[in-house]
Amino acid sequence: MAILQNETRRLATARYWVLSWLIGFAVHVSYGQAPNSCLDCHSALPEPLGVSQEKFSQDIHAQKGLTCASCHGGDPTSVDPDKAMSRKAGWKGKIERKQIPQLCGSCHSDAAYIRQFNPSLRTDQLAQYHTSVHGKRWATGDAKVAVCTDCHSVHDLKPPSDPRSTVNPVNVANTCARCHADANYMTGYSIPTDQFAKYSASVHHDALAVRGDMSAPTCPTCHGNHGAAPPGVDKVQNVCSTCHVFQAQMYEKSSHKDAFRAASLPGCVVCHSNHGIVHPTDAKLGTGPEAVCMQCHTPGDVCDQARAALLSDLGQLDEAIDNADRVLSVAESSGMEVSEARLAQNQARDSLTKARVTIHSFRKDLVEQDIQTGLTIASKNLQAGQRAMVERNYRRVGLGISLVAIGIMLVGLRLYIKKIES
Amino acid sequence: MSPVRNVRNWLDERFKWDDLVAPLRKKTVPRHRLSYWYFLGGITLFLFVIQVLTGILLLLYYRPGANEAFESVQYIMTQVQFGWLIRSIHSWSANLMIFTAFAHMFSVLFLKAYRKPRELTWVSGVILLFLVMGFGFSGYLLPWNTLAFFATKVGTEITGQVPVIGKPLMILLRGGEEVTGATLTRFFGFHVAVLPGLATLLILVHLLLVQRLGMSVPPKLEMEWGANPSAKREMKFFPNFALRELMAWYIALGVLGALAAIFPWNLGVKADPFAPAPAGIKPEWYFLFMFQTLKLIPPKVWFIDGEILGVLAFGLVGLLWVLLPFFESDDPSRGKRWITGLAIFALAYVTGMSVYGHLAK
Repeated sequence: MAILQNETRRLATARYWVLSWLIGFAVHVSYGQAPNSCLDCHSALPEPLGVSQEKFSQDIHAQKGLTCASCHGGDPTSVDPDKAMSRKAGWKGKIERKQIPQLCGSCHSDAAYIRQFNPSLRTDQLAQYHTSVHGKRWATGDAKVAVCTDCHSVHDLKPPSDPRSTVNPVNVANTCARCHADANYMTGYSIPTDQFAKYSASVHHDALAVRGDMSAPTCPTCHGNHGAAPPGVDKVQNVCSTCHVFQAQMYEKSSHKDAFRAASLPGCVVCHSNHGIVHPTDAKLGTGPEAVCMQCHTPGDVCDQARAALLSDLGQLDEAIDNADRVLSVAESSGMEVSEARLAQNQARDSLTKARVTIHSFRKDLVEQDIQTGLTIASKNLQAGQRAMVERNYRRVGLGISLVAIGIMLVGLRLYIKKIES
Repeated sequence: MSPVRNVRNWLDERFKWDDLVAPLRKKTVPRHRLSYWYFLGGITLFLFVIQVLTGILLLLYYRPGANEAFESVQYIMTQVQFGWLIRSIHSWSANLMIFTAFAHMFSVLFLKAYRKPRELTWVSGVILLFLVMGFGFSGYLLPWNTLAFFATKVGTEITGQVPVIGKPLMILLRGGEEVTGATLTRFFGFHVAVLPGLATLLILVHLLLVQRLGMSVPPKLEMEWGANPSAKREMKFFPNFALRELMAWYIALGVLGALAAIFPWNLGVKADPFAPAPAGIKPEWYFLFMFQTLKLIPPKVWFIDGEILGVLAFGLVGLLWVLLPFFESDDPSRGKRWITGLAIFALAYVTGMSVYGHLAK
């Protein structure tokens, strides 16, 4: 009975291959295309062996003229499955997972070969991979760590600039999260799995997903891509400084740099956290739930006093800008022309932003310079608004006097008409 | 002899002044319960004079040009002594003038004042209304702000829809294919030279006709007074009517001053030809009824493009409107009722469509 079942199954498989071959052959004959017997059959097969013509045609390799045989070997010109997939023709079959980095690297590490297709494409991906946590674990035989195809996909691989690519800035965090947010998959690795959840609530994600800023950071921006690894406690400010240049320059010269290093504290992350960075507010300098200074400093010490002074300065400028805005808004809604003062308000806001950046120097004198600049501008704008309001009142008084004069004229004219007509 | 009399004698010796003003002394104005409608024409004339005077003052500082127009108006509004008042009065007066011109036209229509022998007064008046709307269209662009820029773009595009002459007319108006600085200088030329010249000429003709033919009396009253001449009531044009008109002008001046002081005319944001058009861009209120109508016409009506059909229809209606008096009966007792019906419909249509256009998104 078992023999009969095996024979039936073998017969069905043979019929399937013959049918696939016939369809493929018919396609060749009718369209006269260069023969690719791999796709002719595999496009008719179910997953995981199936690769449709449509899917493969979107792959960057296919678009550059590479074929299935470029990776899998064999003879795609032969319509005979035995010949096409013969070891003699160099057929490799399914690529073993542990062989993938080397296989991809065989082309992508060859500068002369890659130059033919894209001269600006880097060729150090494999070398970088070997330095990554993924690559190091892969070298020790860990088959769960990511290899090229896990991030880039396979058979429909698109360049990172393509919005559909799994490694496009918009999608790459989701790609990383496929493993790193999967608590079951990450069992055995002593790292948290909440990075993606935190990142999704962060100011960086907001910049990318909501504001559409394609330069906003995603996972590889801080961790690297092929050489992905944690930045390291004492090097984290180097990562942040690639974008936050001024803050980093201030921090480098500040007293906190040495203090944090001595205490093995991770620079920027101490106050701002890492994956879940939210938009910083002045409350960080306060003593409430968002406060960060008092996590280390003692209430009443010299640093606490400096913190309070900085917070007060920032609040003073913020309030001055708000006051000027309020008066200018009233003047504007009264029809007064205050567009110049409105524009100058942006300079005051810039000063406040600059002061908030200068906070990273932890020097009161430097912060106060920016605060004073902003206060001067906001004060001028407030005066412009107040002058506009005085002018508005002057106009209304003038209008009142004019209307009284017109009223007297009307009464006079009416009386005169009455007189001459009586 | 008083100095006034001396001057009068001096003028009389040189210009025959007494002969010149003699008709004014004899001129009378009918007196009845609808006499106040006679003030509307005078108020429109007063507002036109205000426009000319404030326009001349604005010319002292205004600079036509894509790089200077907005800044020069901003300078007028913020730096020039009473510049804000002059510009606000100019803008408000323009709008009030268009409103009073429309009101004057409808009052003439409802009182049937366009009847023989005043057909030419009507024709010159309607053409003046078109010119006033032209003033509004050309003047709206001059501050070179965003709303004005895109409203002009839309407005000139509609002009381009007119068959055969549309495209050349649009290029003539724009000074090229697009609305640019060339359009601004061109509109400035229309606004301060071409239109004022034509309008002044037509106003003189209009006033001359009014003086020659006198004020019209509604047909019903005309028949009553014809049957019973003793019931006819009149007042002297000067000083009785002129003083009343002067009162109306003072009221108009008070309204203008109040509007300018309480609601100074907005300057807006400088036009950026490369910026996308703001959502829901609309023309000035006096073009809204036409704009909204064009929006409501389907893209294709039978085989004709909807917008072209709309533009042609408005052109035809405008022409027939000018010629309306020639469809009226000469006999006051046999006035054409359909013209009154048409006037009611036109007023309701213009008002309704304007409100609809204002509220529509």
